[in-house]
Amino acid sequence: MAACPCAEYGTTALSTALLIEQLLNGLQLGVMLFLMAAGLTLIFGVMGLINLAHGSLYMIGAFACAVTASATGSFWLGLIASLIAAAAAGAIVEVVVIRRLYDRDHLDQVLATFALILIFSEGSRWFFGSFPLYLDIPAALQGAVPLPGGGRYQLYRLAIIGVGIAVALGLYLLISRTRLGMRIRAGESDREMIAALGIDIQSLYTIVFALGAALAGLAGALVGALQSVQVGMGEPVLILAFVVIVIGGIGSIKGALTGAILVGLIDTMGRFLLPKTLALILPASQAGMIGGALASMLIYIVMALILAFRPRGLFAA
Amino acid sequence: MITRETIVNAVIALLLLAIPLVAMTLGEPFYVTLATRITILALAAVGLNIALGLGGLVSFGHAAFFGIGGYAAGILATHAFNAEPLFLGIEGTTSMPWIWLVAIAVCGLVALPIGAISLRTTGVYFIMITLAFAQMIYYFAISWPAYGGEDGLSLSVRNLFPFVSTAKPLPFFLICYGALMLAIILFLLLRGSRFGAALQTARQNETRLAAIGIAPFNIRLVAFVLSAMVTGLAGALFADLNRFASPSMFSWHMSGELIVLIILGGKGRLFGPLAGAMLYVLIEHVLGGITERWQLFLGLILLGVVLFARGGLLGLLAGKARHG
Repeated sequence: MAACPCAEYGTTALSTALLIEQLLNGLQLGVMLFLMAAGLTLIFGVMGLINLAHGSLYMIGAFACAVTASATGSFWLGLIASLIAAAAAGAIVEVVVIRRLYDRDHLDQVLATFALILIFSEGSRWFFGSFPLYLDIPAALQGAVPLPGGGRYQLYRLAIIGVGIAVALGLYLLISRTRLGMRIRAGESDREMIAALGIDIQSLYTIVFALGAALAGLAGALVGALQSVQVGMGEPVLILAFVVIVIGGIGSIKGALTGAILVGLIDTMGRFLLPKTLALILPASQAGMIGGALASMLIYIVMALILAFRPRGLFAA
Repeated sequence: MITRETIVNAVIALLLLAIPLVAMTLGEPFYVTLATRITILALAAVGLNIALGLGGLVSFGHAAFFGIGGYAAGILATHAFNAEPLFLGIEGTTSMPWIWLVAIAVCGLVALPIGAISLRTTGVYFIMITLAFAQMIYYFAISWPAYGGEDGLSLSVRNLFPFVSTAKPLPFFLICYGALMLAIILFLLLRGSRFGAALQTARQNETRLAAIGIAPFNIRLVAFVLSAMVTGLAGALFADLNRFASPSMFSWHMSGELIVLIILGGKGRLFGPLAGAMLYVLIEHVLGGITERWQLFLGLILLGVVLFARGGLLGLLAGKARHG
């Protein structure tokens, strides 16, 4: 028994480290989803608009960052470019198309923004080609940091978590403490009234839309360094972001944050733990297959369960 | 009374029938396949139109049922081909009528819980939850390796229909055409029935419907399930057309396309889905012949229709719909 406690200690230490690593991965995915979901939920809360093209803004951010970074050699300039490009694209789309949709029903909004996805996707394929672009992690954030319990974790992913927390805090301050935030809150509760008070509601809408777009663009740029930058990269994230805001309650930033962390953790931990758990009762190959299939469905199952009990999400506005 | 819309509908139905007949006499079987594609897409959209047009239920997840229908055809045919029983000793089959029955039944069984959960929500929540359910099934299909996973499932030969040689393009088109016309008649009967009246009232004024003692939830659930069944039948035919059940049949682009067909044709119209499918395949074929980037122009056309021509193609041809 006591012949080699070290080995036993070694395995538990490794699995603790692995567990922490997976938890951090889940948190990082959650934070990413929050950047997407915050914009979506803000746009829905203030303007009552469902925007399928939000994933395209994410893609625009990633492309802007990759192109700028490869032209200038600086990831940071790329990051700024992604914010500007996504916000500008958002503002233009709002003025040209989205503005006409506020009074329409959700079906028209879905269709028009679906059309925008087709336009943006084919447009960028035309512009950048079908081959993925690659974006390097900036030198300052390369490398890994040690985790408690052994193991190491990529510094860049930690930085993403940091950015996400900072954005969440910034949004909270913006909405609760500034004049713009006051107008946004007023717009959520009564848009006729704030228009009657002499506030230029049209430019408020454009600002909110551009803000949401910039957050999506930032998310795209940050993730672009982890994956490849390509057409269609926004769509899986968009659908996850929808799940997030449905779970959290559409229109609620707090709900978006809770939902995003929940979805990020459940998805990552499900993929990590389900095959292992099933391996205890099933043969390994079957456990891997069933576990993998179940894990990819897990967040949708959780969403269905939550909606079955709270049809308007956890933090219904 | 014969209205302008009735005439337009008849012309569209005859036109669809005429395309493959003319194409065959000209020796161009490709256009028969194109017409079959139109027919099957229209059938799927007629199914969706029961939920969307009559019930106002914007399901963004009907690709799930389209795909289930397709995989029902693929899985049954694969088992029959390999002579392996499916489970509990049930044999696979290559007989279309049986495949359709299974496709329709499975779609109904899947649509029941999905509808029961989704219909607790309304508006945007409903759109998103139906989308999420379809994604769930999509991810299941691509991560379940037994039936091809991401590669999809090929059918070695087209399935069989009694007394008809389905491998030839024209007889297969006629089968699909028959199915579409039956579905359109079903839609017409539903719309005129007491059930249809209740369903349309659920869309227009839920409170009134509840006040006369009919639960809107039950009416909508039945409509959702029926709608899924028709779309599932279309999926089975689609797999037979391509001899391939592809996981892309489950994708959310497919759900979007089905909605697009209805809107292009004209929302709430009997022949809207067919008119939309004709226009869609025409755009795809003509623009796709000119440029690889046809989806960009499809997007622009769609945007134009949503923003400026809300009645769709039938609105243009047959005037405004009588009720909104």
